[in-house]
Amino acid sequence: MSRVLVGVKRVIDYAVKIRVKPDKTGVVTDGVKHSMNPFDEIAVEEAVRMKEKKIASEVIAVSCGPAQAQETLRTALAMGADRAIHVEVAGKEYETLQPLHVAKILAKLSKDEKADIVIVGKQAIDDDSNQTAQMTAALLDWPQATFASKVEKTGDGLTVTREIDGGLEVIKTKLPAVVSADLRLNEPRYATLPNIMKAKKKPLKKVTVKDLGVDIAPRIKVLSVEDPPVRQAGSIVPDVDTLVAKLKEGGHV
Amino acid sequence: MSQPHRRAVLNLYKTLLYLGREWPQGYDLFRKRLHKVFTKNSGEENPEKVKIMVKHGEFVVKEIEALYKLKKYRAMKKRYYDEN
Repeated sequence: MSRVLVGVKRVIDYAVKIRVKPDKTGVVTDGVKHSMNPFDEIAVEEAVRMKEKKIASEVIAVSCGPAQAQETLRTALAMGADRAIHVEVAGKEYETLQPLHVAKILAKLSKDEKADIVIVGKQAIDDDSNQTAQMTAALLDWPQATFASKVEKTGDGLTVTREIDGGLEVIKTKLPAVVSADLRLNEPRYATLPNIMKAKKKPLKKVTVKDLGVDIAPRIKVLSVEDPPVRQAGSIVPDVDTLVAKLKEGGHV
Repeated sequence: MSQPHRRAVLNLYKTLLYLGREWPQGYDLFRKRLHKVFTKNSGEENPEKVKIMVKHGEFVVKEIEALYKLKKYRAMKKRYYDEN
C-alpha cells in the first residue's frame, strides 16, 4: 500500500474572462472567481480512485499559496483526500513563486510524509508552465510518468499510458514515482455540498516555507504581461475578381 | 409541505442552491427560478407525490453536475487539444 501526495493549485476559474492589469505587471485577480486547476482535479480524482481500489493507503493534498488556497484544499478533501497540507506563501513572495520552488516544496514534503506516489496536474491553466512534475521527479531522483491518460498498478510498480504527439506511449515505472495527469486520465467527481461540509472536519496542517527550509528567492523576473493580439475584422468583397486581386496583393496565391 | 419529506425537500433545495452558484447565466436567475418551482409545489400534501418530486429533483442535481463537468471538459479540450 502506498501513500499518495497530490499537488493542487488555486487558479482563476476557467470560465472567467482574464483581464491584464493596466501596468502590465500581471492579470487582475482581485474579486475574481478562483477554483482548483482543472488538471489538478483530475490528479486528485486519480489519487482518490487509487485509494478506493486499495492501491493507496492515504491521500494527502498539498497547496502552496495565500490563505485562500485552503478553500482549494477543502475541495480536494471533499473529493476524497484524507488530509491536507497548506504551505503558506503570501503577497510578494507568491507573485514570484515559480514551478521550481513548488517542486522543491513538493519534494521536501514527499520525503517528510514518506509518500510513494506524487500526482500533479500536467500544468496549471494560469501560467501553463508544465514543469512542476518534471522538476519534482528530478529533485527526488524518482522516475516520472508525465501526461498520464491511464495509470495501473502492476507488480510493485506502475504501468502508465502517456499522451505523446501523435499517439500513446506505455511505460513501466518502479515506485516511488511522480505522475502528471492529462485531460483524459479520468472524469473528476463533483465536490458535493455535504462532502464540502464533512471536509471541514478533516485535518489541515499549515506549514511555512521556512519550516521546510526551502529557498523561494525569485529566479525569474516578469518584464511585461500583455493581451494576445486581437483578431482583425474581415471584409466582404463584391466579386470574385476583387477577391483574387486582394489575395494576390496579400501574397496568398 | 408534508412533514415526513420536509428534511429531504430542504436538503434538495440547499443542494440545488449550491449548484446554482456556478450557473452560466448567473446565480440570481437560477435562484429565482428554483424558488418559483419550489413555491409552486409547496402545497402538495400527498407524501407519495412529494416523494416522486424529490426523486425528480435528485435527477436534476445529477444532470446539472454532468452539465458542469462536460462544460469544463469541453473548454479544456478546446483550449489545449483542438489544433484546428
